Amino acid sequence: MVLVLALGDLHIPHRAPDLPAKFKSMLVPGKIQHIICTGNLSIKEVHDYLRTLCPDLHISRGEYDEDARYPETKTLTIGQFKLGLCHGHQVVPWGDLDSLAMLQRQLDVDILVTGHTHQFTAYKHEGGVVINPGSATGAYSNITYDVNPSFVLMDIDGLRVVVYVYELIDGEVKVDKIDFKKTTAPTHSAH
Amino acid sequence: MIAEGVENEEKWLAAGIAGLQQNAFYMHRALDSNNLRDALKYSAQMLSELRTSKLSPHKYYELYMRAFDELRKLEMFFKEEARRGCSIIDLYELVQHAGNILPRLYLLCTVGSVYIKSKEAPAKDVLKDLVEMCRGIQHPVRGLFLRSYLSQVSRDKLPDIGSEYEGDADTVVDAVEFVLQNFTEMNKLWVRMQHQGPAREKEKREKERSELRDLVGKNLHVLSQIEGVDLDMYKDTVLPRVVNCKDEIAQFYLMDCIIQVFPDEYHLQTLEILLGACPQLQPSVDIKTVLSRLMERLSNYAASSAEVLPEFLQVEAFSKLNNAIGKSRGFYDALSLRLSLLKCCFPVKSFPYPNLYKFQVIEAQVDMPIFGAVTLYSSLLTFTLHVHPDRLDYADQVLGACVKKLSSKGKLDDSKATKQIVALLSAPLEKYNDIVTALKLSNYPRVMEYLDLETNKIMATVIIQSIMKNNTHISTADKVEALFELMTGLIKDLDGAEEEVDEDDFKDEQNSVARLIQMLYNDDQEQMFQIICTVKKHIMTGGPRRLPFTVPPLVFSSLKLVRRLQGSQDQEENPFADESSTSPKKIFQLLNQTIEALLIVPAPELALRLYLQCAEAANDCDLEPVAYEFFTQAYILYEEEVSDSKAQVTALHLIIGTLQRMHVFGVENRDTLTHKATGYSAKLLKKPDQCRAVYSCAHLFWVDDQDNMKDGERVLICLKRALRIANAAQQMSNAARGNTGSVSLFVEILNKYLYFYEKGNPQITVAAIQSLIELITTEMQSDNSASDPGADAFLASTLRYLQFQKQKGGAIGEKYEAIKV
Repeated sequence: MVLVLALGDLHIPHRAPDLPAKFKSMLVPGKIQHIICTGNLSIKEVHDYLRTLCPDLHISRGEYDEDARYPETKTLTIGQFKLGLCHGHQVVPWGDLDSLAMLQRQLDVDILVTGHTHQFTAYKHEGGVVINPGSATGAYSNITYDVNPSFVLMDIDGLRVVVYVYELIDGEVKVDKIDFKKTTAPTHSAH
Repeated sequence: MIAEGVENEEKWLAAGIAGLQQNAFYMHRALDSNNLRDALKYSAQMLSELRTSKLSPHKYYELYMRAFDELRKLEMFFKEEARRGCSIIDLYELVQHAGNILPRLYLLCTVGSVYIKSKEAPAKDVLKDLVEMCRGIQHPVRGLFLRSYLSQVSRDKLPDIGSEYEGDADTVVDAVEFVLQNFTEMNKLWVRMQHQGPAREKEKREKERSELRDLVGKNLHVLSQIEGVDLDMYKDTVLPRVVNCKDEIAQFYLMDCIIQVFPDEYHLQTLEILLGACPQLQPSVDIKTVLSRLMERLSNYAASSAEVLPEFLQVEAFSKLNNAIGKSRGFYDALSLRLSLLKCCFPVKSFPYPNLYKFQVIEAQVDMPIFGAVTLYSSLLTFTLHVHPDRLDYADQVLGACVKKLSSKGKLDDSKATKQIVALLSAPLEKYNDIVTALKLSNYPRVMEYLDLETNKIMATVIIQSIMKNNTHISTADKVEALFELMTGLIKDLDGAEEEVDEDDFKDEQNSVARLIQMLYNDDQEQMFQIICTVKKHIMTGGPRRLPFTVPPLVFSSLKLVRRLQGSQDQEENPFADESSTSPKKIFQLLNQTIEALLIVPAPELALRLYLQCAEAANDCDLEPVAYEFFTQAYILYEEEVSDSKAQVTALHLIIGTLQRMHVFGVENRDTLTHKATGYSAKLLKKPDQCRAVYSCAHLFWVDDQDNMKDGERVLICLKRALRIANAAQQMSNAARGNTGSVSLFVEILNKYLYFYEKGNPQITVAAIQSLIELITTEMQSDNSASDPGADAFLASTLRYLQFQKQKGGAIGEKYEAIKV
């Protein structure tokens, strides 16, 4: 069992002063094995904070990121799953599932994690999953009105992944759960 | 020589311990065989080792502790003897036959303790006898340890209230008298120490003296433990005797000791006596520390419970405390004058104003270093905040007095003093957890003015941290104004302060200002707009280095307000709205100016992003001209300022992405903007980037939920153009590298064909898709193409997608069924 934290679009300090205190108290070091961050942190301080939670940190570049070395896209393999990471401002129309699905095919991944819209979404799509963890600080967005702070925790176990969504609604943390099973294991064995 | 001295001392100590152990051995043997006479003989010989005067107090203590342990065994033996019927009175007489006085007195104290326990004589008499007899030793170190021994063995046998040794004749008064007498004698010995030996060893002696002070102080501890010492007895008997000492080290230590061991309420009730002693303190005594500790204790006491506050008021703690501080140095007459003068300025009402007195003290001690003065103010402020949390005016007056003191000094350059000032200024923040309260203190910013730039910045950071930690909402423009005035050091370059600042430190500072801007909020839209205007006014003075940090938070804070206005306007048409009220239009004007400031930095990429954000917000407000203006600005920046090819790619993604979402534009404006965007796309440096940007532009002509924006032909034109660029890219690769490179671009375009085919664009034909697939497969099989597993996988998953859609059935399935692979 592997726990993967997915989050992004914090926009600290441009659009939010800090992560919500409730999230900070939930996110403690030593529990998470990997962090994937879609970008727009936007400053080094946030990067350093994430690193304290878990040293295995993967970040793709958002358009406001101070650190220009983050890659535009990144793929990694965790257990039986291949994950792809991209901020998403490169994929027009923004947040469009069919366009993101093309990126998923291009990166050839089971799980694609993108951001930019500040709206949590999780779709099962053509035998894969497309996840947007939303904005961890509930940062302002032109795309989404009334953004609630949210992040995603993925519990990867064999061929199964359980996606937990933590959303802060009116000061209360609500948790939702989406189950996903990889149907045909050897999809990528051909390559 | 010193080393030699230390070495000798070690030798002497070793010899002393050896002698002691040897005699202790014989004493044990005698004890085992119940031989009282031998036991006394060897114990006396053993104790003779303590007669040495060669050891420093530290080493002597080591020897003493060993003797102390042995005496415990002897005491047990005496107890046994008494139980076996041996007369304790005889024993008391017997030990007095010991030849030397020191061993004799140690033995006497030991038997005396058993004597009291036996209750054959009143405790009072035995104790009095012992404490008198001990006068026989006048050597300071030996005497101090002997009396310390007496205090140790007697402390559980005092005729305290409720103690078994209390009797008709023995009262707590006797107990206190005994301890006090022993204390007084010890104190005399201790004070006398400094007058012994050559003058050149004074420093060493003073050091030794302070090592011995705990022996003296222990008596005070014993006193504080006596149940019967109530407030009256403390006030009438104990305190006067303790403060009556004239020695410098003793005064400082004993005052401190008293303050630490006795309960706070006693101090409160005896402030007069305690402080009355202050004027008598020797000039070199560190009165500041003593008083600071006292005030610290009292303010903690006040903080412990609200119930004790009336007590403070009742005894007029304030006036007494401060009055006394005022008297602590000679200039009393000058002070009274100054006091009357000040009283004219601040009429004293029912309760004295703290700063009058405080001012007086610090004024009086002309030579008091600024550090000391600020420390006193800091203590007094803490005290005031705890005792009178509701009286902000008191706190403000303390700060005011501090300003006066500082004003004679100019900017501070003493690092210890500035540290104290930070403590002083942090106190109200910690007490109220709220900068808003501190902002009400009119003297607060005035104290800050005396800080040097570095300290001003530290303090500003402390303030911001306090705001963040307590989630303080700064909710009016006035408060924002005051707050920014406080933090000038962070907001702008101060005159003449051209110093090198560490780049990372600067970033951290400015980021904290950015965070602060997020904390400024008011539910009322009008007030929020005022806040934004105030912030803008201040950050615009920040200069090119700060603007990239401070402009974005202001922009987004403003856009949030736009969103709120938009929400409220949708719901109701406000009939009272007039020209002066806040409107999105006005905010957009402000935003335009704000972002424009970034051009002098220059920060074109950031400005471009912010312009696009504003354009989209204006779109949502249905303000076409505004949105167009923002877009124009973004385009100008793109054309003139963004020259890095990578930056161009990202900027163009953002332009296309934003433009795709705009619905406010009429045909003409939209055409102009889309035309430009496609033009930029085709001009990117790298062919693959060109190709991707161009196929992204296809989305500008086909917007799903808007029927008037579905121009299939222009979509096709874009895709065909992308294909041409992909071909060109291939040819270039062929010429430069000898192979046609990856087919990935073609697969990407294929996906776009499928996308628009699925969306129902009639211009995208099955034939075109099929020929594209053919083209890709041929290319892949060609020897000329570079192998690219990524592209292979991409094609495979694209074909898998085709199959997947075919199996879906329904309209989609039918559509895909037409494509033969």
